[in-house]
Amino acid sequence: MAVNVITYICIGIGCFFNLLATIGLHRFPDVYTRLHASTKCTTFGAMFLIVAVMIQSASVWAVEGISSPQSVLTLHAFIAMACILLTNPTGSHAIARAAHRSGIKPARAVVDDIEEAEIHD
Amino acid sequence: MWLPAVIFLGVCMVIALIRVILGPDAPSRVVGVDTINTMVVVSMVLLGAAFEQVIFVDVAIVYALLSFISTLFIAKYLEKGKF
Repeated sequence: MAVNVITYICIGIGCFFNLLATIGLHRFPDVYTRLHASTKCTTFGAMFLIVAVMIQSASVWAVEGISSPQSVLTLHAFIAMACILLTNPTGSHAIARAAHRSGIKPARAVVDDIEEAEIHD
Repeated sequence: MWLPAVIFLGVCMVIALIRVILGPDAPSRVVGVDTINTMVVVSMVLLGAAFEQVIFVDVAIVYALLSFISTLFIAKYLEKGKF
């Protein structure tokens, strides 16, 4: 029973943060702030939703014993979470760098530190 | 337990798809596609738990890595104007 309550709390947090990511994608003015909203919120929400899957399958695994088929589900869900945690921030960094080098300015920005650093180099 | 969360993620994907269609410049569209990719991976894991099929989770792992590679190539194209 306690496992179900923890799973529902994790699903609620994950769905809420994914909704925040999509709202931020529409409310923010330019690429960099949209990237800020969507990447961090989707990574956090995805982490909580996959942790919910892992908790539920690990509880069945603990009841059924070591040779349960739920063990494969738990470990592979962990691998999927590790892949998301590694690839999502890296991809967003690449998009932000490409957007800056293709000449898109941040909205309402007055100081551009990256451009000044590239001038001084 | 899992199917309402998957339906909710589907609604979020449709809202993000509106940004992909509307997006004023190319990097905004790429951001929308990246968001949709992450949500697809999560809903594949949730469907694997719902139907108790481990193969769905394996497909999710491969999809996450391939979408990462495609994002890197799109970023490289935006940066230089060619591959």
